[in-house]
Amino acid sequence: MEYLLHYFLVIPLLGYLISLLIPSKNEFAISRLAFITLSIQLAFAIGFSIAWLKSGHRDINLAEFSLYKTQGYDFLIDLYFDRVSALFLLMGAFLTFLITYYSRFYLHREQGFKRFFNTILLFYLGYNIIILSGNFETLFIGWEFLGISSFLLIAFYRDRYLPVKNALKIFSLYRIGDIGLILAMWLSHHLFHENVTFGKMHNAELVSHLLQKHSWEGFFISFVILVAALVKSAQLPFSSWLPRAMEGPTPSSAIFYGSLSVHIGAFLLLRTHPFWEHQTVIRVLIGFLGVLTCFVASMMARVQTSVKSQIAYSSIAQIGLIFLEIVAGFDNLALFHIGGNALLRTYQLLISPSIASYKIKEQLYTYEPREKTIEDSFPKRIEYSFYILSLKEWNLETIIYQLFISPIKKVGQKFRFFRLKLGLIFFVAIYITGVALLFMKSAIPKFLENYLPGFFAFIGLLMVIKAFTERRNVQLSWFMVMMNHFWIALAISINTEIHYSTMAMYLSGVIVSGAIGFVAIRLLIKKEKRITLARFQGHAFEYPRIAFVFLLACLGLAGFPITPTMIGEDLVFSSIREDQYFLALFLAISLIVDGLALVRIYARLFLGPHVKTYHSIAHKSS
Amino acid sequence: MEEKSSSFDVTFTVQELKKYLPTQGPLKDYIFLNTLACFQDLPFHEAMKRSSEIFGYKTYLDLNEYRDFYAKGQIRTDILEKVLIEHKGAENLNFWKQKLIDQDYQIRINSRVGKLREAWKKFLKIDVDNYVHLNLFRIVGAYLDQGISIWNFPANKKGLRNSLIELEKNSFSSFFRTNRAKKLLANKSIGIKDLLDILVGKEALYFQYIFDQQFEHQGWSGMVAYLEKNPHVLLEKRAINLEDFIFLELLLEIDTLDDRYAGQWTALGLLAKNAGKDLFAPTRNVEIAEVLKLWQEAYEWSYYDDVLFYLAKQEAEPAQKNVSFQSLFCIDDRECSFRTYVEKCDPQAETYGTAGFFNIEFYYKPDGGKYLTKLCPAPLTPKYLILEKAHKYIHKKEVGFSSKSHGLIIGWLLTQTMGYWAAFKLLKYIFKPSYGNTTVSSFQHMSPTSSLIFENTGENHTEHELTVGFTIVEMTDRIEGLLRSIGLIENFAPLIYVIGHGSTSANNAFYSTMDCGACSCKPGSVNARLAALMGNHPEVRKKLVERGIHIPEETQFVGGLHDTAQDLMVYYDIVLLTEPNQQYHLKNQAVFNRALELNAKERSRRFISIDTKKSLKFVHKAVQTRSFSLFEPRPELDHATNSLCVVGGRWLTKNVFLDRRAFLNSYNYKQDPTGAFLLTILNAVTPVCGGINLAYYFAKVDDQKFGSGSKLPHNIVGLFGVTNGIEGDIRPGLPKQMVEVHDPMRLMCIVEHYPEVVLEVLQKAPNTFEWYQNDWIKLVVIHPETKALYLFKQDQFHSYQPQHAVIKTSNNLEHLVESSHTNISVHQLTKV
Repeated sequence: MEYLLHYFLVIPLLGYLISLLIPSKNEFAISRLAFITLSIQLAFAIGFSIAWLKSGHRDINLAEFSLYKTQGYDFLIDLYFDRVSALFLLMGAFLTFLITYYSRFYLHREQGFKRFFNTILLFYLGYNIIILSGNFETLFIGWEFLGISSFLLIAFYRDRYLPVKNALKIFSLYRIGDIGLILAMWLSHHLFHENVTFGKMHNAELVSHLLQKHSWEGFFISFVILVAALVKSAQLPFSSWLPRAMEGPTPSSAIFYGSLSVHIGAFLLLRTHPFWEHQTVIRVLIGFLGVLTCFVASMMARVQTSVKSQIAYSSIAQIGLIFLEIVAGFDNLALFHIGGNALLRTYQLLISPSIASYKIKEQLYTYEPREKTIEDSFPKRIEYSFYILSLKEWNLETIIYQLFISPIKKVGQKFRFFRLKLGLIFFVAIYITGVALLFMKSAIPKFLENYLPGFFAFIGLLMVIKAFTERRNVQLSWFMVMMNHFWIALAISINTEIHYSTMAMYLSGVIVSGAIGFVAIRLLIKKEKRITLARFQGHAFEYPRIAFVFLLACLGLAGFPITPTMIGEDLVFSSIREDQYFLALFLAISLIVDGLALVRIYARLFLGPHVKTYHSIAHKSS
Repeated sequence: MEEKSSSFDVTFTVQELKKYLPTQGPLKDYIFLNTLACFQDLPFHEAMKRSSEIFGYKTYLDLNEYRDFYAKGQIRTDILEKVLIEHKGAENLNFWKQKLIDQDYQIRINSRVGKLREAWKKFLKIDVDNYVHLNLFRIVGAYLDQGISIWNFPANKKGLRNSLIELEKNSFSSFFRTNRAKKLLANKSIGIKDLLDILVGKEALYFQYIFDQQFEHQGWSGMVAYLEKNPHVLLEKRAINLEDFIFLELLLEIDTLDDRYAGQWTALGLLAKNAGKDLFAPTRNVEIAEVLKLWQEAYEWSYYDDVLFYLAKQEAEPAQKNVSFQSLFCIDDRECSFRTYVEKCDPQAETYGTAGFFNIEFYYKPDGGKYLTKLCPAPLTPKYLILEKAHKYIHKKEVGFSSKSHGLIIGWLLTQTMGYWAAFKLLKYIFKPSYGNTTVSSFQHMSPTSSLIFENTGENHTEHELTVGFTIVEMTDRIEGLLRSIGLIENFAPLIYVIGHGSTSANNAFYSTMDCGACSCKPGSVNARLAALMGNHPEVRKKLVERGIHIPEETQFVGGLHDTAQDLMVYYDIVLLTEPNQQYHLKNQAVFNRALELNAKERSRRFISIDTKKSLKFVHKAVQTRSFSLFEPRPELDHATNSLCVVGGRWLTKNVFLDRRAFLNSYNYKQDPTGAFLLTILNAVTPVCGGINLAYYFAKVDDQKFGSGSKLPHNIVGLFGVTNGIEGDIRPGLPKQMVEVHDPMRLMCIVEHYPEVVLEVLQKAPNTFEWYQNDWIKLVVIHPETKALYLFKQDQFHSYQPQHAVIKTSNNLEHLVESSHTNISVHQLTKV
């Protein structure tokens, strides 16, 4: 029976791949395909769950296959199924099934009908990979799918400013969660001396044995997992992204940000529960943030004046409670609560356009000047202060910006002087030295050998930060991102013995996608003469194909799952020793900023209001 | 020199600003208006050019769209040439033709407004709006909220600025980050000008700065301006004015800049050396504007010419002897096809069209209602109130909208109980759509079993400073006016139906736009029912006889409502009918039912999801289901494709297939030689139909700036407006889904009368006349005797000769409507 499990991935994968092939004019075939895919999946999920329950509902752990294998390294796709997966599987299949049917009519004649269904299927595939994953590596693949498809769904109305701006913002925030996962992967690899499966994590004896010896590592892993969970579930301090995700068509907001995406953080906590449950500090931290989120998000929900943001904040508050339930060990309650919350919020969002007619009708007959609210019984000063804070979303936007984005920008601005030619000469020189050192490794003095990898990784990081903050030269920015990978390769080669074929695979991914991206940029320059990174230019309006190819190149260069770059990255990570925190951090940050820089280039060139104003263009504020 | 002369006047600036801001009110008070009414004092094309240059609107279709139409023959060559010769002279024909068809144009629509404030980005490298808008919108949104937020703006009684002062004074936290802004807010002697001194510092630029700033979010500004002018539309009373709003925005800007540059920054006026052109300086003449104008004319005339050709060759029919029933409908373009089917199903029936408030203007208050609803064209201000009695309102609670679901503890309970219940509801709503709490239906407007208090028996009953009910004389005036204006003063059938209309939709924030335009976008049921009640009133009948209208005693009026989305009808007060009339009514009802099915079929041809060729019953059912399906963004297509307004006898249009594109107002010139009734008709029809037509025109040609874009991502804010996402501007225009099949052409109004009478009539009503003088509506008169056509142009009527030669006929309407999903050209309908 367990071997049926991978069909839950195969079905959406097939659906997604076929959906790419259907011509975009054929609305019927596209929506029908999505609907059939989800119908099969739903029927199968129900059947499977029943059979699984009947057969004693034991946890299933299924090592599927190796994506890539060398000596001492195995990128294993591993699946896992238990009651948590069962709930998320059924919930996801049911809601996505409803939404595909709904959207078939709702999106009729909408620009980007096909894009919408493609993205939904990709999202759904990513979701399934996450909830069925049996180890961090597999989970991470799904995680990345979810991230990029969220970006595409939020920016679905790509010709307007706000959706694109918010999509970028949320993507950036998601990347913070990604750092958490990458670091968790890296350190747990060292802790367990293998790519640990979630099944093994459930082995209480082993875990407690390991944690006794490595309590600091244990804490660190749990902490970064928590950060990832907080981001995805929009808990404090990361709450403000959720309402801003409501930019796409209502049904996609309803399932993804109302229910599926936003509960993934809770899923992650449930999945790794056995690992952190005996760590008091982590439990207190989760509990504390959960309680805080409950209260702060409830207050924010109460002052919202738009229906979608109100639903978003009340959902966040409930997830705060769910976190509490998980921490208190009421897993079943938490699961039940997740299901109810997801369904209710989906429902509320789907019917949200009706609130105007409903309430106006209601007011016609039942209107009374509004009764006093509970807050009116507070001392005035307290009431007003909380009101203002809640309306300002407790400054969460600013806090997140100051904490994460602003430092990167500041570093980048220090490199304003940097120009393409100068940079080339200077860095090629250092790089050649580095490569030379690599071949004469024995000649490197010991004290240098320890610092060199960190140094090179740091240069790489600077490059990618420069790429992220560059405002003018698109090619320079692109080039810097590519260079970053070369620096990482150099750093790692010096750090450990690594087979050159591994490096070749890693760098081939970089070179190929880099080259494709370069061609796309050149092509755009040829057609449009002046392109810049200083503002959104919306060229997807005229060149949707270039935009698509360029997006693929970005994904390739960013190490999107299953590209060679990604496997390379993972390999690179596993070769960092567990005491090399700085190296790991540099690399993690540079990979994250790498992704940000690429998506930013894509968005600046191809998304947003079109610079050519011969057609109807929305105001920036709409 | 220049700087001295241009001193800044706040009041003047704000007044000028209000002229140009959108004038749409909150969702529940939607009305159709000329979106560019602010330019209506200019000739149409001049206004298009000017508004485009100043505000960056796109005012025509894309050049390529016209060229496509031309390639497909939808714009006719003969018409194009005629238009070119007329505007450019025969000698320049080929020169211009080449330009229209082949020349490449680099089109850039750039606005003058917004140029000055670009300097912030250019010199200070800061996008001020990114910091200010979100705060501004949420403060004002929270202040104005009408029922979405649960915790209200705590201090809200004394106007926006005072409330903010009160809030800031008594709080540990603040909306502002810096001290200067807080101090400026609290100091009552500081006004807009003082803030501009800080921000801009050069008085000559203040006016433009305010325009630039406010047109960055014209939706919110327009809403505030509207609410300042019409504070009564808010249930939660909030005093607000545009000056406070601007003040707050300026303050937030200062705050942002102070925060970013620690108080060290240079005023904009000192940075921007070149402020760009004066906003309202004369418009340039650019060739592309001329090209688009010519295309638009050719596009319109390719259609008009066809229509005129058919109308001019219709023959008046002799009056029928045994009329089975007469039925009055609204002029609405959606009744156009329905009337044809009624006449087809019962050839002895007569139908009439008149503005759907049926000449009765009043406010309506349902039983237990908390506020009044105006039921007449928007420009009128009624003095009367009609009350509904004996209607028990049952309100079904919907947990999905319950504010309790947003609480922490009750939310915890609700998610785990109602959450799972919601799953079933979703399944039901999606796979088996039915009426629910998400549906708005025209039938809910008034309960058919209630009674109406409509007679003023002289005891001076007033409520809300309005007289309750009409006196007998007032009623007679209205009924007489109604009947005379449509020419129904003799040959009465036993039953005269007065049918209002409304619509049904689900999950639709724009539900108001679908109801009767002549009833301020509400269903016309009360008006229809009242007209029947008044018409049946024995005292009114007596008075009518005195005034020369002899309605036989057996004849009775019946009020009813046609739901245009579902194609269903209800009838009111049937119990009051006499025994024979009950029988007639049963027979007529069957006619109506059949006509409704046929009408549903004709409508269905535009819906891809319905196969028009299936059985009538099936199609009708599908059309109904569509109207209350949650996932259906187009419950009906509303006024899309409207383009004509015919004021004249039914013979003009009875046998012509007009594809639901015409507003039809019945009118008999013979009974109105001086044009007294024509004046009333034109005064009502012009702003209503013109408003609808132009709202559609603009939303179609620029669906982002005039329209509200796709409705799929819309979010409802404060119960009064629609935005995208959570931090966007209010979008007051029609959504893309409503206008996408629309053909953006101006309304052509065709009147049957003598040209000199029409001209005389129009000269009496300058406001109405302006629409025609400036070409915002085209006017053609059909000479009642010679059938000659006269086109109104440059203040005079000129004889018009249609170009068309081939005539398309159809003897099977059902086949005709099955033939295409898109527009079907005018056809002559012949009998089999």
